[in-house]
Amino acid sequence: MAEKSSLHPAQLDYERQKRKDEMKQQVVTFALMIIFTIISFSMVIAEIDKLFVIPVIIVLAAVQVGFQLYYFMHMSHKGHELPAFMFYGGVFAAFLTILALIALVWW
Amino acid sequence: MSTMVATNKRSFGSVLWDYLTTVDHKKIAILYLVAGGFFFIVGGLEAMAIRWQLVTPMNDFVSAGLYNELITMHGTKMIFLAAMPLIFAFMNAVVPLQIGARDVAFPFLNSLGFWLFLFGGIMLNVGWITGGAADAGWTAYAPLSTTSPGEGVDYYVLGLQISGAGTLIGGINFLVTIVNMRAPGMTYMRMPLFTWTAFVASALILFAFPALTVGLFLMMFDRLFGSGFFDPNMGGNSVIWQHLFWIFGHPEVYILALPAFGIFSEIIATFSRKRLFGYSAMVFATVLIGFLGFMVWAHHMFTVGMGPAANSIFAVATMAIAIPTGIKIFNWLFTLWGGNIQINTAMLWSLGFIPTFTLGGMTGVMVAAASADYQFHDSYFVVAHFHYVIVGGVVFALFAATHYWWPKMFGKILNETLGKITFWFFFIGFHMTFFIQHFLGLMGMPRRYWVYKEGQGLDLGNAISTAGAFLMAIGTIVLLYNVIITSVKGEKVGGDPWGARTLEWAIPSPPPFYNFKQLPLVRGLDPLWIEKTEGRDGMTPAEPIGDIHMPNNSFLPFIMSLGFFIAGFGFIYQKYDLAWLSLVFIGMGIALGSMLMRSVKDDLGYHIHKEDLVKEAKE
Ligand SMILES: [Cu+2]
Repeated sequence: MAEKSSLHPAQLDYERQKRKDEMKQQVVTFALMIIFTIISFSMVIAEIDKLFVIPVIIVLAAVQVGFQLYYFMHMSHKGHELPAFMFYGGVFAAFLTILALIALVWW
Repeated sequence: MSTMVATNKRSFGSVLWDYLTTVDHKKIAILYLVAGGFFFIVGGLEAMAIRWQLVTPMNDFVSAGLYNELITMHGTKMIFLAAMPLIFAFMNAVVPLQIGARDVAFPFLNSLGFWLFLFGGIMLNVGWITGGAADAGWTAYAPLSTTSPGEGVDYYVLGLQISGAGTLIGGINFLVTIVNMRAPGMTYMRMPLFTWTAFVASALILFAFPALTVGLFLMMFDRLFGSGFFDPNMGGNSVIWQHLFWIFGHPEVYILALPAFGIFSEIIATFSRKRLFGYSAMVFATVLIGFLGFMVWAHHMFTVGMGPAANSIFAVATMAIAIPTGIKIFNWLFTLWGGNIQINTAMLWSLGFIPTFTLGGMTGVMVAAASADYQFHDSYFVVAHFHYVIVGGVVFALFAATHYWWPKMFGKILNETLGKITFWFFFIGFHMTFFIQHFLGLMGMPRRYWVYKEGQGLDLGNAISTAGAFLMAIGTIVLLYNVIITSVKGEKVGGDPWGARTLEWAIPSPPPFYNFKQLPLVRGLDPLWIEKTEGRDGMTPAEPIGDIHMPNNSFLPFIMSLGFFIAGFGFIYQKYDLAWLSLVFIGMGIALGSMLMRSVKDDLGYHIHKEDLVKEAKE
């Protein structure tokens, strides 16, 4: 994000500290995402029961999407309320639609 | 038109080139208006042919096959090629001005959206020339559509696919524009209601059109490449098409109706000289309708055999939509109440809309009652219902918007006397045509039949209905005459001929190509009105005069759309002879090639310099 250049020194320190924390979080989540991917692949290679592997991979994928959105695309930051609203609104409507469609057609 | 007057020193060729390459939202609005208006007239002629066929029992004005083509093309054209682009015309003309922006977020995409729509629209109609347009109804239910002979339905599928891509692009563009390009101080809860409804409608486009895209792809493969998604003999399921179509189709109604509500909200507030009653309730109702619109699609399929549980759920969900819609109706009435009402043509359409749309909403609740719907389904009752909603809601709004925003778009007010003549002919004709159809439906007249028998009590009703259609046609012709006579003789008006409230009226009519010399500072809802009540005669600028960055014109959107258009023919005719696949390669080559060109070549636009702006102001 673009910042104003003339900041008070205390403010500057605060910003620096915040950015450092953010950087740490990003590195941690990045490491976690790689670990998740390794887990997924190794589960498939180890030929564990499908009934177990598929749900676990889906859960890991969902968590990764969350990481992506919140830590790398800054959805938790200010000014992202509307995208977040539209995102969850869309997920909600799409989930209901697909669920109802499956229930109506194949049940 | 005024653009012609302003550029009368230039040759016809250069004006044409300007419009073929323009990325200016105001010119794209005019393109949408002309193209949408053209398809509206063609669709109207198809409607006249339908009504003339039904004027007497056992009439033989058209054959059964041609009748099927007429009803299919009338419905498809009016929804996709007339109502949608005309809504887009006003969204383009007004939304950037209402939020105090200099253009939309993606001017190039805006132009691409228009050309895709136009080429898709032409594609849909090519069937008329090559021996048979689409004839499976505008809903194109499988297996009728997948087994319909000839290329008519292929043109329907490819045409809608191409124009649908354009609409999707347009919707995304408006979402980004409204999120990112509002003037300083223009918070969400200060946005005019037309902008709000355009915003929600764009979100609906974003979520609803993919369902249509998927459905059309499956149908394309069923018809052209021998797949069996909708063919039970091959393990498919024909009802899936109905689901996909209506998952798109119901939100589509709100994609059209919400901006219509926005148009009326602007007009009623302006000519009642009052702030819109219950602004935040109106916004809430708009968003709520947007959500509910996705949860009711199966009410079009009550008789398909989903079972009583599913039918009840969808019936209740559908009736729930009456609540936010009712909120809107009451808010318009309360806006009028105690207002200093000025009745002109735009206001006449708005006042005519309220009872007409309420009737359409009421029959909507009736057909939403699943058990009763077994009686109404596929009868003229449904035809009457959706014409009350789409004509009484959307077309009335488009006429109102034409009168209201014409001075902003072209700098001249449409003739008021002619406007009122149009209104009364169309309004009376509309109710004559469609009110009686409720009763024809209740008497058992099924929709989409090309003849009915004598002595079943249907003769008089159908004759009245056809007579009404002619009154509507007269009204439309008077409007066309009005447009011509106003362009030739009309007097120029200033920036704010109506004494209006929102930002688009704070700048000259028609606006300069950069819209706002200085971005305005917005201090509340109805920003221009606030400034006027405080004795200023314009907006307070939010920035000093500076260089303005503008996008370059581009011919690529036209070429790209042409490429898809050519490829479409290849896809259709390869089913007879694989040599036609060469057209697919040529067309896709053109389209992808121009995309590549757009990607690798930097196009940074240009600047209007501060000195030129200052000099212009002095002249
Ligand atoms: Cu519906």
